[in-house]
Amino acid sequence: MRTLIDFVQRIFKTNMVSEFGTIFLFIVTAIVLIVSMLMLAKLLRPHKPNVEKLTTYESGEDPIGNANVQFNVRFYVVALVFLLFEVELVFLFPWAVVFGQATLIQQTDGLWGWFSLVEMLIFVGILVLGLAYAWAKGYLDWVRPQPKVPVIETKVPANLYQKVNEKYGRPSVNEK
Amino acid sequence: MTIDVALIIKAIIILLIFGITLLIAMYSTYGERKVAAFMQDRIGPNRAGPFGLLQPLADAVKMFFKEDFIPSQASKWLFILGPCLSMLTALMTSAVIPFGDSVKYESAPGKVWDIPVQAIDVNIGILYVFGVVSLGVYGIMVGGWASNNKFSLLGAIRAASQNISYEISMGLAIIAILMMTGSLSIRHIVEQQHGGNWNIFYQPLGFVIFITCAFAECNRTPFDLPECETELIGGYHTEYSSMKLGFYLFAEYINMFVSSAMISSLYFGGYNYPGMDWVQAQLTGSLGEIAGHNVGTLIGTLVFFAKSLFFVFFYMWVRWTLPRFRYDQLMNLGWKALIPLAMINIILTGGAILFLKPLIVSFLK
Repeated sequence: MRTLIDFVQRIFKTNMVSEFGTIFLFIVTAIVLIVSMLMLAKLLRPHKPNVEKLTTYESGEDPIGNANVQFNVRFYVVALVFLLFEVELVFLFPWAVVFGQATLIQQTDGLWGWFSLVEMLIFVGILVLGLAYAWAKGYLDWVRPQPKVPVIETKVPANLYQKVNEKYGRPSVNEK
Repeated sequence: MTIDVALIIKAIIILLIFGITLLIAMYSTYGERKVAAFMQDRIGPNRAGPFGLLQPLADAVKMFFKEDFIPSQASKWLFILGPCLSMLTALMTSAVIPFGDSVKYESAPGKVWDIPVQAIDVNIGILYVFGVVSLGVYGIMVGGWASNNKFSLLGAIRAASQNISYEISMGLAIIAILMMTGSLSIRHIVEQQHGGNWNIFYQPLGFVIFITCAFAECNRTPFDLPECETELIGGYHTEYSSMKLGFYLFAEYINMFVSSAMISSLYFGGYNYPGMDWVQAQLTGSLGEIAGHNVGTLIGTLVFFAKSLFFVFFYMWVRWTLPRFRYDQLMNLGWKALIPLAMINIILTGGAILFLKPLIVSFLK
């Protein structure tokens, strides 16, 4: 008991490690809460499974095949482009913190701000090139279903119907 | 065996923050239904208790007593892990939100404790929130995949893709704030907005980007494609029932509250309000140093909750105002509009700090 209290007190001391100690306690409390709620629900609820209840839901029909279906490859491309930008973000966080520091700007006579801004612009610029490339290549466009125009082999030219319609006007619903 | 008073107060604050977060999440469900009813000219829940105020309790009891199915095709442990992860990440984020200034407590004459009303003030608060929110997608992903249901899988993939797309512009909007404040601690950022000196006046574009991304990260309408009922039945939680479904729904409401709290801390001054110095002076004048400070903190905390709850209401308001996006529109907005805008916002902020600020300062001299 004594050592436990010592341990808890050490966690709460006011340096950096102990701050994360509090977050650790926070997480432990959250896990305890979640597990206890699940356990309580398990004790309270009825448990009468049967085959019908345990089938996978598929709009009331018997499920067909496995659920691991093929999906659009664009999701994968988006994840790849995301990776590029997330790494960029991680590098920008420390930059943003030192960018506006008054002491650094004063020491360098205002040169620091311009220098770091230009530096950042070059860094981001290279990555924006990547985004522009993906954009121009159409990787950011989501595939939309293209309507298929059926090909009909007929001697009547395709625009004849159009001409007929234009000449006589389209019959409206009221004039039938 | 003497335990520090500060330690006890700290433990009480941790439990209190959990309690308040859960309570607000519970009553957000009630609020959502009442707001929806109001906007659709209905009455809404009014049977359980006065004005239906006990409805969230009745819902919780229902969640506890419902039978729980784990589909025979599902991967059992991942199926259980999914909602738990979702709930855990949602609960973890509230650790670093500064709810109020600080509570002063005199344990012995001349020995005054100054305890911030916050679970923990880490110096990388924003990075912590940002990281934990990114983890949130795993809960949906794991749950949706483990269900072994086609609708769930599609919902989970949509959620993952949507969250990562909007995370980037959210991070870029936060970076513009960091450039102004020069600190990653949320408490520092809030303290710099003392009185009415709120960041929204300096970062209007950043705010619009941030709030749009917050909607997308919380999977709320108009970005609720991972669970849109007209296309995917229930999306990633189609197969869930009982308490596990409750976790998913609850996590969504906790996320809503936490993101509202983040919006009010980052852009609307947190517990600061115009004229707070005058109020504080009046209070310390009439109530004494310590009691006056504590009452002032209480008022600040109430202001913070008022701001946060307004944004929770805003989420509901938008839900019944805007229709849902199509998926290609969602992706276009994220990649082709918000990311370039956020980049421009950063460059504008940098230019303003380096060029406009010295100009204004020299003009005022």
